[in-house]
Amino acid sequence: MMRTGKNPLLRTHRPTLPHGRRSRAAHLLTAAAAEGRFALPQCRRCGAFAWPIPEACPHCLGAIALSEAPRGARVIAATTAEVPADPYFRERAPWHVGLVQMDCGPQALVHLHPGAEPRDAVRLSLVLDRAGAAVLHAALQGGTMSDPQLREMTADPRDRRVLITDARHVAALPLACALSAAGAAAVYAGVPEDWKPLPRRAEFEAIVGLKLVPLDISSDRSVADLARDIGDRIEILVNTADLPRPGPLSAPAAATDARAMMEIMAMGLLRLARSFGPAMARRGADGTVAWVNVLSVYSRIHPAALAGYAAAHAAALALSHALRAELAQGGVRLMTVLAAPTEDEWFQSFGPIRVSGRALAGAILSGLHRGLEEVVVGDLAHDLLARLAENPKAVERELTRDLF
Amino acid sequence: MRRRRDYAGVVLAAPVTVPYRRFSTRPAQWWIGQALAGLAEAAGISHHAFDGLSVASFSLAPDSAIGLTQHFGLSPRHVDFVPFGGVAALVSLRRAARAVQAGDADIVACIAADGSAPGSFRQGLESFSRFSEDAIYPYGAGGPNVSFALIAQAFMAATGVTRGHLARLAVSQRANARGTPWALMKKPMTEEDYLTARPIAPPIHLLDCVMPCAGAEAFLVLREEDAQAQSLAFVRLSATIERHNGFPTDPVMLRGGWQRDVADLWAMAGAAPTDMDLVQTYDDYPVISAMQFADLGFCTGAELPEFLAAHDFTYGGDLPHNTSGGQLSTGQAGCAGGHLGLVEAIRQLTGTAGPRQVPRARRALVSGFGMINFDRGLGSGAVVLEAG
Amino acid sequence: MSPLATLLSAIATGTIRIVDLTHTLDEDFPTIVLPPEMAQSAPMRIERLSHYDAAGPAWYWNNISIGEHTGTHLDAPAHWFTGRDRPRGTVDTLPTEDMIAPACVIDCTQAAAREDDHLLTRTALEAWEAHHGRIPERSWVLMRTDWGRRRGAAFANLRTDGAHTPGPNADAIRWLVEARGILGFGTETIGTDAGQAGHFDPPYPAHHYLHGAGRYGLQCLTNLHELPPTGSVLLTAPLKIRAGSGSPLRVLALIPTRDDSQRKPT
Repeated sequence: MMRTGKNPLLRTHRPTLPHGRRSRAAHLLTAAAAEGRFALPQCRRCGAFAWPIPEACPHCLGAIALSEAPRGARVIAATTAEVPADPYFRERAPWHVGLVQMDCGPQALVHLHPGAEPRDAVRLSLVLDRAGAAVLHAALQGGTMSDPQLREMTADPRDRRVLITDARHVAALPLACALSAAGAAAVYAGVPEDWKPLPRRAEFEAIVGLKLVPLDISSDRSVADLARDIGDRIEILVNTADLPRPGPLSAPAAATDARAMMEIMAMGLLRLARSFGPAMARRGADGTVAWVNVLSVYSRIHPAALAGYAAAHAAALALSHALRAELAQGGVRLMTVLAAPTEDEWFQSFGPIRVSGRALAGAILSGLHRGLEEVVVGDLAHDLLARLAENPKAVERELTRDLF
Repeated sequence: MRRRRDYAGVVLAAPVTVPYRRFSTRPAQWWIGQALAGLAEAAGISHHAFDGLSVASFSLAPDSAIGLTQHFGLSPRHVDFVPFGGVAALVSLRRAARAVQAGDADIVACIAADGSAPGSFRQGLESFSRFSEDAIYPYGAGGPNVSFALIAQAFMAATGVTRGHLARLAVSQRANARGTPWALMKKPMTEEDYLTARPIAPPIHLLDCVMPCAGAEAFLVLREEDAQAQSLAFVRLSATIERHNGFPTDPVMLRGGWQRDVADLWAMAGAAPTDMDLVQTYDDYPVISAMQFADLGFCTGAELPEFLAAHDFTYGGDLPHNTSGGQLSTGQAGCAGGHLGLVEAIRQLTGTAGPRQVPRARRALVSGFGMINFDRGLGSGAVVLEAG
Repeated sequence: MSPLATLLSAIATGTIRIVDLTHTLDEDFPTIVLPPEMAQSAPMRIERLSHYDAAGPAWYWNNISIGEHTGTHLDAPAHWFTGRDRPRGTVDTLPTEDMIAPACVIDCTQAAAREDDHLLTRTALEAWEAHHGRIPERSWVLMRTDWGRRRGAAFANLRTDGAHTPGPNADAIRWLVEARGILGFGTETIGTDAGQAGHFDPPYPAHHYLHGAGRYGLQCLTNLHELPPTGSVLLTAPLKIRAGSGSPLRVLALIPTRDDSQRKPT
């Protein structure tokens, strides 16, 4: 699994970041970019779109909110910053930018696909830059040429080394296959309690570039040992560790199970964060791009019948935010995947509404390619979150007895 | 538009430049103190007698203009703070002139100053404006170079102006700077030098860009009789215009706000562009000077290539322009860059421009332009001055 | 010489050797695997408090967490429902005199090597007695399988239908408890019972009969190959856990090194 490419005699990029400070209002765009939505500031009164985001509509002084917007635009002017003032961009110059006329009205400065020229039609996206703030990116309409500037902002696994922390997760095998197919330089898959049989071990071992490694995230020693071994080369970490033990507070082994789930979900994440986090954050300018926490949608919504499970996932989600802040110092993205119950045997009672490991793996890959921060997988998860946003108390009451 | 009052009885005097430095350990406050001392000496009036203070600076924080009164022992009854970059001088002048005319103040010291330390220019860019912070700086386009590259590209495509045409402005300003002791860039420049300079953000190349530096520019606004009582050489204010965000619906900046008010300017001045003995434009980039010639009525945009080719812009030429070398050759001392042309025009019209004096200079046009808040410069203004 | 002085002298001169029958408490040491709807025993976990660092500049120490039945451990009578009413049936009240006792070692290595699910029978025990004499009352009977030399997956030996490890059959353990009055039964595997003993009658007969009679279990022993068939003494003091059902412990064996201290086969 030797990777070629890095010349040890050359200077490594310094861990600089683009300027992350934005107005409070501009972080509405950050939320859209984090989820992969394209939404722009629009006047609630007259409907005019505005850019950059103002505190009142420049046409009628109406209130501004974000709305889904058409993605089309045309290039007015384009240039290449050969000597940008900002150290982050200077390090990566030349950098292509352009002034575009958006189909919805305003003009905007954008990160421009290097092949785009004045009068070209482009397609806009809101993406998170390495500082974790939203920026506009313009791709050539119908163009297929890859854009190194977009790669800089997203977490494409191509040529990167990935650790999947728990090979026993239903998404682990399809994810490992997908990462390998997407050109990952190496895929490490952690095997907890290596003394227990690993289902489909042969299929794992058949994946090109995959290596099974012992990793039990409930053990300080196990996590620290693996970090010493490969921590300095992991560029994408996907934490798939889970221990689904549904049951209400009154379940016979509720306390033991809750502790075990906390040990995996919360303390396990803490261990990973402490052992892998600093090295990954340090290498933010040297290839390390993303940390993915695969969590349950029940980290946000807490049915009584999933008391300990939901609590453990909620704790992991809370820790995720702390880890996100630490990784952000190195420009490393933390992507949270909130999944509906998977096809794990423990979720049998959810029936056909469950998410397959393959679908979950696909969503993770897509999120990496797009550089997302918030990914929701499965109709049930989308539905629950929509209901929560709309009427949280109703959800609370509905889930007193039901799972969804 | 209603008929505007003229500026009868109001004059400008005591042009002061505190010699520029590429970097300085001194803060803006120190440069303002030097400028005040320069004004007092030039006018022969104690600075305690200045009862108006108008300050332009980007780096005064945490001070305000009022804080400076205690700092320098002033007790003014008119105070103004105009951190408006390239248009600050004209805004400051217009307000001071009306204050003096109305008797709200007798002598207003108009000062622009900024310090310069390694890194301070970039730090200033990071937080230049809300829109810049949200929608410019994160694109690697912090600082004006990229924004002006995009404007220049569109403007040059629309007018047919080429870098070859613009070279004439840059080269003649470098020639003019030879007569300016404090100019930071005096190395002779040829058109070839200009055209082959390394690209910064095409079509902007190195010799299109100003050098950030520390410095101060200042002048006094007072009543004509007071100037005469002090035996001060002065110039009269014939006409002014000011406009901000002049064409908000233009997709890209192909014209500045001057176009909206240019007829008013020349009507108030009772003069035409051809009557001007010298012109001081805001030259953060040669292409923006070219835009000002068109917008202020010297030619149309389409005529610019011919116009630029037809004239000699040196102080000995037929259309002396940016006679001190402008910001392009003397340096851009932050907000003082906007005062530079006005102070130089006062010198020229009071016959104190030394080796670069334009013979028989009687009338001058000074134009200001500033605050690239997002995709365009928002502030525009111009004044016509007449020798006293 | 006093008996203790004699003992110390024997240890000092090497006529009595001390053998450690304990596995290292490793974080990846397998634990018993119950059906997942049951509560699971916790593995050994070590959390560093400080290591001469900012969290404790001059000292090194850890927090540990562990199930009562993890690693080399002792089962107290209260561990099984049959022993719930035994007096002094938990580790904190366990009689100290039971913590030092002789041991008989039944060598089952050949059979266990042939068959993971090998069961120790009464017949085999009687054959052993024929060689080594009657198993004394209040002594440990240790089933030697050399399982302690296995590691990881081979040690747990899990298949889709659960663990496959050797142990006594119901008849043998009942005979040991009732006919021989042993103090306890020890194994090198994760349980005193065989891996498939859940299907026996009664289920888990070693637990059933031993603890029902107030006797003990020792599990996850190692180094049994160093012990003579008879003549050794085990030191088995568990942690004094309030009402503990069992405890990890350090098991030491005192063994004589002179031939004359061992009974010759007849």
